[in-house]
Amino acid sequence: MTQDPNQAQRRHWLGVLAQAAPAELEAHLSRHALPALQWLRRPETGLMMVRGRAGGTGGQFNLGEVSVTRCAVQDDDGRLGVGYVRGRVARHAELVALFDLLLQDDRRRADLLPTVIAPLAERQRAARDVASAQAAATRVNFFTLARGD
Amino acid sequence: MTAPGFCVNAPLLPGFAQPEDDAQRVFRVLLDALSHPGRIHTVPLALEAPAPLATATGAAALTLCDYETPLWLQSPDAAPWLRFHTGCPLVERPAQARFALIDDPATMPALADFPQGEPEYPDRSATLLIQVADFTDDGLVWSGPGIDGETTLGVAGLPAGFWRDWQRNTGHFPLGIDLLLVAGDRIVGLPRTTTIREA
Amino acid sequence: MYVAVKGGETAILNASALLAQARRGDPAVAEIDTAQIAGQLRLGVARVMAEGSLYDEELAALALKQAAGDQVEAIFLLRAYRTTLPRFGYTVPLDTARMAVRRRISATFKELPGGQVLGPTYDYTQRLLDFSLLAEGGAPDAVPGVEPLPDTLPRGTDLLGEEGLIEPELPLPGDPAPTDLSREPLGFPADRATRLQNLARGDEGFLLAMGYSTQRGYSHTHPFAGEIRMGEVALEVVPEELGFAIGIGGITVTECQMVNQFAGSASTPPQFTRGYGLAFGEAERKTMAMALVDRALRCAELGEDAASPAQQAEFVLSHSDNVEAGGFVQHLKLPHYVDFQSELELVRRMRAEAAQPQAAEEQTA
Repeated sequence: MTQDPNQAQRRHWLGVLAQAAPAELEAHLSRHALPALQWLRRPETGLMMVRGRAGGTGGQFNLGEVSVTRCAVQDDDGRLGVGYVRGRVARHAELVALFDLLLQDDRRRADLLPTVIAPLAERQRAARDVASAQAAATRVNFFTLARGD
Repeated sequence: MTAPGFCVNAPLLPGFAQPEDDAQRVFRVLLDALSHPGRIHTVPLALEAPAPLATATGAAALTLCDYETPLWLQSPDAAPWLRFHTGCPLVERPAQARFALIDDPATMPALADFPQGEPEYPDRSATLLIQVADFTDDGLVWSGPGIDGETTLGVAGLPAGFWRDWQRNTGHFPLGIDLLLVAGDRIVGLPRTTTIREA
Repeated sequence: MYVAVKGGETAILNASALLAQARRGDPAVAEIDTAQIAGQLRLGVARVMAEGSLYDEELAALALKQAAGDQVEAIFLLRAYRTTLPRFGYTVPLDTARMAVRRRISATFKELPGGQVLGPTYDYTQRLLDFSLLAEGGAPDAVPGVEPLPDTLPRGTDLLGEEGLIEPELPLPGDPAPTDLSREPLGFPADRATRLQNLARGDEGFLLAMGYSTQRGYSHTHPFAGEIRMGEVALEVVPEELGFAIGIGGITVTECQMVNQFAGSASTPPQFTRGYGLAFGEAERKTMAMALVDRALRCAELGEDAASPAQQAEFVLSHSDNVEAGGFVQHLKLPHYVDFQSELELVRRMRAEAAQPQAAEEQTA
């Protein structure tokens, strides 16, 4: 659904930031000077309705809600940094929005992608692989015992 | 400095400084305004709303609209600000709206073009925020629930024929629409239960 | 009918203090914290999230702590809390095919592509109490890691789909937004989206009983567990200000695809039909029961008689919610003094009237 390469890139970093631990982001942020900015939307916690599909692929239905915290920050050039995270940690949403803002600046992006986003993504991938590898350890091959005809 | 895919807009104006507190204060004012038609209320905060929205219009919209309330805009200029802060869907036709913002009453649609509610659910009707030029001391006599007998208040800046249209609107109660008239930071409620007589 | 009564304020305050004391238990024993509940009683937390219809582990753990472990009370607390939060919107429908699978089994396909993954299951335990858990400490054995599973695992039911042996499951024309029971009251006839939402937050015990009844012959479905999978799925939302989907984190869900025999009808050749279950958290029993009930409730659509309780949508959907059911049953505790007084008067009068002719008869005798 995303042809625009910038959009694809932004999708990627927002997803990575949303899954990062706030403490990790805080540590990274402390190494960067922030531009003049204005909080357009202070962090607020609300609900999103999670949708599923009948049979996994059929008609949509509403499964239940999830808590979500969001915020938005703007710099003087009109760039808008947004933070959407599952859960109720206001600071996490703020950190995502701040990084989203910084990452839209071409000069900073060249620095932030390899030093912040790539290592976070790698760590998330590794964590997923560990869980997946443990699940894979419980993979079985059933043998059906021969039955008489 | 910024690649084209990222930059969204000209800078947006902020919304409420204290979203919860401000929305609650404005909601109380709107409640009072609709409970006491014909009485001038003032929105108790400084909000810079984008043109052509008046302060009270912007404050009322931020308070009342959310992603479940389809909004019809007479002029699209404030659309990005409203969409960002309220998440409300914008609709093309008045008949689809739960709220409508009118900044130029001279060219507004007929009141009957907006949803009037259903006999089982009269609340499924539209509420219109109409920006008028000013409120004056006389000119109209208001009566109905929330008014002790009669009250007098004039409204400047409404087109000829507006009050005939309003009379039709009150004629099929409990159906009908409700209005909030706005001038700057002042706001007056005009629910479907109020009868207006030109003095 | 119940009436308002006054008084009892001190009693109520003291009762609430007594409740807090009872919840805390012996102060000499360490207080349980919500991280412990979320981490070590995760299945209890999952049920509160599923039936409370709000995915938030910490809030569900808090609700369980406050409710002293009473699940239905905790579910009620979570449902009440959710009404205080604004609704921002809805997510992109979950893509369970891309789940980070932690468990995935099929009772119908031995050679399931990607394999059968047992995951953290009680299935192969012997249900013997493990007294070693009475003692504290002791880390569980490490699980060896092998080659990770692929990122995308096809559903077992897709295999049947390739041969046309199972009904296709496609989005409805135009892929409309589903009705939402948290916005619109339940009405009948209820479409499948409404039924699935109702079942997803329905009481597990009720669904289990209903599902069980279909297996015991109350309805004619012949179910097989086509596939059950559990793991993490990504949540995506489309923020208004962006206009494209972004990830906001993941949640754990369990999905069950039941495969049922279907003899076919005038317009449909014989094929397998589906029942679907999906719930927050690890909720295998719940989703299996849900899938059975979903299939039973499709009877009208598939031209089957609706003779059994589990096939009656109005009966099932109206009684599945434990917050509603608990509220109505427990409202009987509210003062019914006036009602009861009038009933009392009535019974006394009826008894007196019944006794009079008898007395008259005795006199004449």
